Amino acid sequence: MSGPAALRASLERIFAIVLRYLYLLRGSWPRILEQAYWPTVQMIIWGFITLFFVTNSTWVAQAVGVLLSAVLLWDVLFRAQLGVSVVFMEEMYARNLGHLFASPLRPYELIASLLIISLLRTLIGVGAAVLLAIPLYKISLFTMGLPLLAFFTNLLIFGWSIGLMMCALLLRYGLGVEGLAWASIFALAPVSGIYYPISTLPGWLQTVAWWFPSSYVFEGMRAVLFQQAFDQPMFVKAAALNGVYLILGTLSFFWVFRIARQRGLLLQMGE
Amino acid sequence: MRNTIEVQHLTKRYGPVSAVADISFTVPECSICALLGTNGAGKTTTLAVLLGLLIPDQGRVSILGEDMLRHRYRVLPRMNFSSPYVDLPQRLTVTENLEIYARLYGVHSRAGRITELAEVLDLTGLLDRPYRTLSAGQKTRVALAKALINQPEVLLLDEPTASLDPDSADRIRTYLTNYQSTTRATILLASHNMAEVERICRQVMIMRAGRIVDAGQPENLIARYGRRTLEEVFLDVIRSDLQGEVAERSASVA
Repeated sequence: MSGPAALRASLERIFAIVLRYLYLLRGSWPRILEQAYWPTVQMIIWGFITLFFVTNSTWVAQAVGVLLSAVLLWDVLFRAQLGVSVVFMEEMYARNLGHLFASPLRPYELIASLLIISLLRTLIGVGAAVLLAIPLYKISLFTMGLPLLAFFTNLLIFGWSIGLMMCALLLRYGLGVEGLAWASIFALAPVSGIYYPISTLPGWLQTVAWWFPSSYVFEGMRAVLFQQAFDQPMFVKAAALNGVYLILGTLSFFWVFRIARQRGLLLQMGE
Repeated sequence: MRNTIEVQHLTKRYGPVSAVADISFTVPECSICALLGTNGAGKTTTLAVLLGLLIPDQGRVSILGEDMLRHRYRVLPRMNFSSPYVDLPQRLTVTENLEIYARLYGVHSRAGRITELAEVLDLTGLLDRPYRTLSAGQKTRVALAKALINQPEVLLLDEPTASLDPDSADRIRTYLTNYQSTTRATILLASHNMAEVERICRQVMIMRAGRIVDAGQPENLIARYGRRTLEEVFLDVIRSDLQGEVAERSASVA
């Protein structure tokens, strides 16, 4: 197959997997509702907390949207990770991996489709909450301007990387690690400085925190909201770390995929 | 006559268990062949290796002239399979499932192919139903439709008529025979249904404990063992004490 024809065929296969997920969503309204449910509930809770702190905290009063922006951006990371690992779990629940990997679908094409689906899920879920926050609390994430795009992209990529690592774990150990796939991202929450500056952490934990792109994003977000300044070096560090994590996530998936082919795991997946 | 499938000294172990032990066989083009064996004999493992789902410990596998261990993506678009050990997405309708696999296999006239297969496999009334609502027999027919979606040159079928009533099973066998003769495809199936194998297969390979212990044309095997049916031959073979006697017999069915 020639170059352009091979590329078209590859894109068709990626689209097929995306379409598979869209069909799943179309056939199940609770799934669509679920995408937006938790981000919206979180936004409502933190909206009221913000209203309370505006009159009780000088720190929050300086930047009214700091807590709500933090919770919504955290949800970008959370949804992006789930968007990869939960969709992969759907294939395991369906015992469909054998069919997929005996077809011309390449592992990197599956990864590409998982990332696209993750983006769609994140936009649906967090997008609804972000838009609702505007009329409810007069707080708009969009006032951050272009830096918001930088934060969103960095968190999305970091979420993808963690999601791919979770997929590798699922492929290796099966649905026994399903709980870990759901909860793993929360281990990063304390060190990401979502609601407080990284300087709040003990010195040794600050060192740990700076290994994660999310810490740079939330520090950067506070810089924009409090000082109206976009910290470019922080963005560059976050992007560089994300590059490393994405490579690690992808390599771990490929590595475990090979182990799965050696151990016959692709035919044994299921509940 | 050329061989579509060539397997040489294939070995696959799971820890201390030898799932497939140094088997060699060939399947000639435009033929229907069968792997027979009890549960755990190594049939599914062999099919999984042929599909590239499993990396063998040793051995070579060539399909349609390509080395499956190195260039499987050159061959996979021209192959397909069905197996009771893998399933299709439960919440999607039959049409949605078939459309997705049509796209994965690069089928151009997807709607036409789905309609055609639905008619032949008696799925027309089921196309809009979610896969999970189907009976076991209906699911088997959908899995077969998925396996035929790309008009494969090589079709690997693991227990293709399992869960089917006698009428449906007979129609599937007739369809497979017609499909093979009209498309000149090569079909390798693993089955426990001896009558089915006797009826549609030109060659059989009998596996026991990961080895091919005998092989040949059904009528020749029946004559050689002095039996009336392939099932009787099969029982003779798997129940006989073959330690050191027929323990390892490479079978060329060409």
